[in-house]
Amino acid sequence: MTPAPPTAIKKWFATGVPYIWLNASTVSLSIIMVVGLVLLIMVRGLGHFWPGPVAAFTYTEATGERLALAGELVAEESVPRARLPDDDVRIPAAMAVVERRLVKIGNRDFFGLDYRWVLAAAMHNVTYPADLMVVERREWGNFYGYLDSIKEGDQIIATQPEWALLQHYITASAALFDEIRHIEKELIGKINYRMERLRLRERALALDGVAAGAPAYAEIAAERAMLEDEYNGFTAQLAGLHKKLHQFSFVATLANGEKMEINFAKVVRAWRPNTMNLADKLVFYFTKLWEFIAEDPREANTEGGIFPAIYGTVMMVMVMAVLVTPFGVVAAVYLREYARQGPVTRLIRIAVNNLAGVPSVVYGVFGLGFFVYFLGGSIDELFFAASLPAPTFGTPGLLWASLTLAILTVPVVIVSTEEGLSRVPRAIREGSLALGATKAETLWRTVLPMTASAMMTGLILAIARAAGEVAPLMLVGVVKLAPSLPLDGNFPFLHLDRKFMHLGFHIYDVGFQSPNVEAARPLVYATAFLLVLIIIALNLTAIKIRNTLREKYRAAEQN
Amino acid sequence: MQQSRTKQIIVEMAEQTEAQDRQPPAKVLPTPGAGRRAVAVDSLPGPAGRLTLADESLCIRVRDFNLYYGDKQALKDINMVVPERRVTAFIGPSGCGKSTLLRCFNRMNDLIDIVRAEGEITINNEDIFHPSVNVAELRRQVGMVFQKPNPFPKSVYENVAYGLRIQGVNDRRSLDAIVEQSLKGAALWDEVKDRLDDNALGLSGGQAQRLVIARAIAVEPEVLLLDEPCSALDPISTLKVEELIYELKANYTIVIVTHNMQQAARVSDYTAYMYLGELIEFNDTSTLFTNPERKMTEDYITGRYG
Repeated sequence: MTPAPPTAIKKWFATGVPYIWLNASTVSLSIIMVVGLVLLIMVRGLGHFWPGPVAAFTYTEATGERLALAGELVAEESVPRARLPDDDVRIPAAMAVVERRLVKIGNRDFFGLDYRWVLAAAMHNVTYPADLMVVERREWGNFYGYLDSIKEGDQIIATQPEWALLQHYITASAALFDEIRHIEKELIGKINYRMERLRLRERALALDGVAAGAPAYAEIAAERAMLEDEYNGFTAQLAGLHKKLHQFSFVATLANGEKMEINFAKVVRAWRPNTMNLADKLVFYFTKLWEFIAEDPREANTEGGIFPAIYGTVMMVMVMAVLVTPFGVVAAVYLREYARQGPVTRLIRIAVNNLAGVPSVVYGVFGLGFFVYFLGGSIDELFFAASLPAPTFGTPGLLWASLTLAILTVPVVIVSTEEGLSRVPRAIREGSLALGATKAETLWRTVLPMTASAMMTGLILAIARAAGEVAPLMLVGVVKLAPSLPLDGNFPFLHLDRKFMHLGFHIYDVGFQSPNVEAARPLVYATAFLLVLIIIALNLTAIKIRNTLREKYRAAEQN
Repeated sequence: MQQSRTKQIIVEMAEQTEAQDRQPPAKVLPTPGAGRRAVAVDSLPGPAGRLTLADESLCIRVRDFNLYYGDKQALKDINMVVPERRVTAFIGPSGCGKSTLLRCFNRMNDLIDIVRAEGEITINNEDIFHPSVNVAELRRQVGMVFQKPNPFPKSVYENVAYGLRIQGVNDRRSLDAIVEQSLKGAALWDEVKDRLDDNALGLSGGQAQRLVIARAIAVEPEVLLLDEPCSALDPISTLKVEELIYELKANYTIVIVTHNMQQAARVSDYTAYMYLGELIEFNDTSTLFTNPERKMTEDYITGRYG
């Protein structure tokens, strides 16, 4: 009996080619997903800063009322007729699919909202006037309208002014605004910080039972008087600057002809997108992008930048890395090098591996209960009694967030360090011992340097995990808006007790808690893109270091 | 194919040893290609100058030594001495315990949890298993070179300076001097003097092995243990290491484990033949190779073993 001849398909399977295809396709699918994800958030997020053309048009409301509107076209979509009210007379009956447009009409102080969906069929006389301007304001979002006149106090000093004149006033007021902010945030902030420390010193003296009238109090009083003098000087200076800042305003006409007065103090920038050429637009785009990266947020995080969040994320990851590396390495060294291998060490390893699988929010709860309340509370009682009942470390902060994430990520460091230790050849250890080195010396001088690349691998994984965590952070230190950065010019410079902002939480906050959904949406993408970029940058740095180390020790490992 | 080749080698070896038997060993112990190898075999003492243990001052003494891996006994009742400033070779088939015995001399076996030792080993009349012995100090005095060259992934300089730095020598000038002296002592100086700061992993196998020897002699041990130092080397590197061993014995007591009987014959003054954990025969090399007392030894060195 001869077996049936193999079919063509069987032959094909026998060649092994299908498996290559299967493997290759999963790899390409992964690549497509990663690249697609990054591209999506990049396009959606970074497109937001491009100055699109601004249209003026008349719009017929469902009630038949006609409005003159101006705004920026943001998005378009087609919806089935059935989703809109049946009795809408503006839509021709024959139309099965209706075109809708999202227009940013701005002027929130006037309209109450700054985005609205309009029916394309109800838009008429769409024009792109050259003198239609957009003004970015510090309050109430963007303004869309036409420049009318410039006023000093109540006096009109220019009617139908040149565009350059408006820009001149904007630049001048921006400089004043920066000066005021510098005085308020940095100079007065410093005085406040020192005043607070004086108060704490005084309180500490009182707690130590130093009698009133002791010279120490007089010293504090003298210093306080000096600070108050300084403070008064600054407030006087500020009053003058404020007066100067609010001196000038401009009057602008809305699309419907109504006039509105806007003080230059409230203006960030103004532009006329319909007259801008590509170069102007590029300059504008990168200015906006830079602002997004380098400035503080405004308007409930829907405007301005996300610098504090970037800073907080990087700070937290770095503090975490500093905490987790020694901890994980020391634990791994004990487990691998000193502990007697047996059921107990195996049990510990299983426990360590399982730690990596615990949901992160559980760590958050643990961090809050153990670090913040117990440890932080004890630290406060021992070292910061003067500032009680206001907590110093007994409240969520950078240190606790970093520690919580360090616990969350320590298993990966332990596992990869152990693996690295087990890769160091026995011959190298014996070589060192044979020269009269003790076990500790061998570890320190030879084995650990050779394990460095494995430690870095663990650290890379830890960073990747930590930078992306949000859930535990909400419990142990992240806030929506932090008044000051965790690293500044005030002694002791690194303030581990401070709350901080975080990109991951920022995404959550802007995306879910924002009062202005349409304005927030592109920021969610932009922030997400930035978070991905930062994680990539942190990882690339670590990978670079690891590769250098690996290059150095690779040949020894192959022995 | 492979088998027949092995057979052929064994036959060759047997013929050589027979030739050895016939020839007065005063000259050269003929080895395959002895003409090509410039080992200083002439130095092997002839019948007149045959070494005897009675004339030697002794360095290592092993008394009633037993060693167990768990339940398995690896060394059985070993009694022997290692004379000072001589090369003593351990030969024997694989698994006979020669490396195990060697590793007892610097207590390298301590690293294995299941090892248990009974009996006494003294080096310069000090019991190395005594609880008061500092193992690190012992290992400094009893240097060791392993089968595979195991330079540390550091520079050539740092490899040689390693043991000194462990001892706390950090003075650059004395380090420089000792590194140079040790590398010269290991006949490596001329080859590496221009690249002391290069990574030692870039050295060839033979250079790496000589570097390891330099590293070992930099701490000035009294005894040097060589565990099959040439088994991973090509013939030319082997030759260099053997020449080096010959030079080093002026200053150090050397114990060498080798699978290569020609090598034992070429470099050693005394040879011990071990089999299944027992010391079968121990004598000066020319006697052991030319006139073994025991039949087992003779079988082994003439290739009739197995």
